[in-house]
Amino acid sequence: MSSPTIGVLAIQGDVREHAVALAEAGALARPVRKAEEFDDLDALVIPGGESTTMSKLALSFGLFEPLRARVKAGMPVYGSCAGMIMLADKILDGREDQETVGGIDMTVRRNAFGRQNQSFEADVDFAPTPDAPVHGVFIRAPWVESVGAGVEVLATLGAEPYAGRIVAVRQGNLVATSFHPELTGDRRVHAYFVDLVRDAV
Amino acid sequence: MSTTPESPKTGTELVKRGMAEQLKGGVIMDVVNAEQAKIAEDAGAVAVMALERVPADIRKDGGVARMSDPDMIDGIIEAVSIPVMAKARIGHFVEAQVLQSLGVDYIDESEVLTPADEANHINKWKFTTPFVCGATNLGEALRRIAEGAAMIRSKGEAGTGNVVEATRHMRTILGDIKKLAALDEDELFVAAKNLQAPYALVKEVAELGKLPVVMFTAGGIATPADAAMMMQLGAEGVFVGSGIFKSGDPAKRAKAIVDATLHFEDPEIIAKVSRGLGEAMVGINIDTLPESERYAGRGW
Repeated sequence: MSSPTIGVLAIQGDVREHAVALAEAGALARPVRKAEEFDDLDALVIPGGESTTMSKLALSFGLFEPLRARVKAGMPVYGSCAGMIMLADKILDGREDQETVGGIDMTVRRNAFGRQNQSFEADVDFAPTPDAPVHGVFIRAPWVESVGAGVEVLATLGAEPYAGRIVAVRQGNLVATSFHPELTGDRRVHAYFVDLVRDAV
Repeated sequence: MSTTPESPKTGTELVKRGMAEQLKGGVIMDVVNAEQAKIAEDAGAVAVMALERVPADIRKDGGVARMSDPDMIDGIIEAVSIPVMAKARIGHFVEAQVLQSLGVDYIDESEVLTPADEANHINKWKFTTPFVCGATNLGEALRRIAEGAAMIRSKGEAGTGNVVEATRHMRTILGDIKKLAALDEDELFVAAKNLQAPYALVKEVAELGKLPVVMFTAGGIATPADAAMMMQLGAEGVFVGSGIFKSGDPAKRAKAIVDATLHFEDPEIIAKVSRGLGEAMVGINIDTLPESERYAGRGW
């Protein structure tokens, strides 16, 4: 099987954990922080982190336009937590000046589950891995408030008080999760993305 | 579905340590009011640290330094959408309970405040809110982790604007880890004794070649180059205290330190962002600080 080259956007956040997870899922992973480093990537991961910081730095170092161009051209991108916010066409509870890369026709609410004291772990039935649920780690996490017609919902939470909340989606080659599979040893979400990248390239 | 899904679990080791993972590569700034918190957020800080006075003022004014006024913390939480941390005195578990009830995202059990217990640190396992603690060497870091700390910062010497102690502590902790990783497993028992740290944690660090939690630098960072140097030495992120709001142009300096922390391996960018920042905080030579005024020794 081929090993696609997947960048991890290294502005800020848990870059290393995503790189390890991607490598274990069969990709060549490398951190990228400058526009010229995007050119020879097959795909990109936008990690968890502080989305307002990511947005500001992406803006001041001119990363949004090259990222949007690659997304438009069909490059697969996976975003977890802050990465989900970055892939949303519309966000709620962000900063007024907060920009996103966009690409997924959804509205995402930032810090939707609350502050750190409300951060939690819960099993998630993730449609691409029907055999067993993945373990979701939600840290000041966003949720998907609504999706457009072209968006496939990959997971909703089962447990109260959050039953029915959308926490994983896919549109075309773009995938986003509210939770952080990179923090668990389970590589199935990353493997799903790496397979998607192999099909796309 | 045949079974009811389990309720979400809060306050776990994974969500506490995982929160610190999300801050990596970022800058956390000391702020004493909502206005400073806004400046920090505008500059791209990943979090702010609420405290009553910045360390440079604690040094200047003297007296007992304590947890901040809850009104001030509420005001900061209200003013910004990024995570808010706040400091409790070493061993002052009730200040920590108060901070948890206020909903802060991280508690710093900090040597910068006047210690409340000279023997015991807070039992941090009892809290839902995660804790960050300072350390000058690996043994100290592991004792704090054994007490439940979910994040470590090298102590440095807060409020001095002098990076020399931050450098010493970062090199010491990372050097201790390298030495541990080179040991034979038969030698780890004595290593644990010498480090005065639990054997299980010592073994874990030897295997991982790193701490099991995120480690930031702190204590004396005043310039973009200071921040980038600590990142090159191996810090996973930067706490800046007095260095920003005791300088001539806080907003500009704050952004420059954020930019330099991102591009810490690119001297051209560090040079560019270091231009025209105005005056840095004056700073203190550590040699002239009497032992009683050194904060790094607090917290054993």
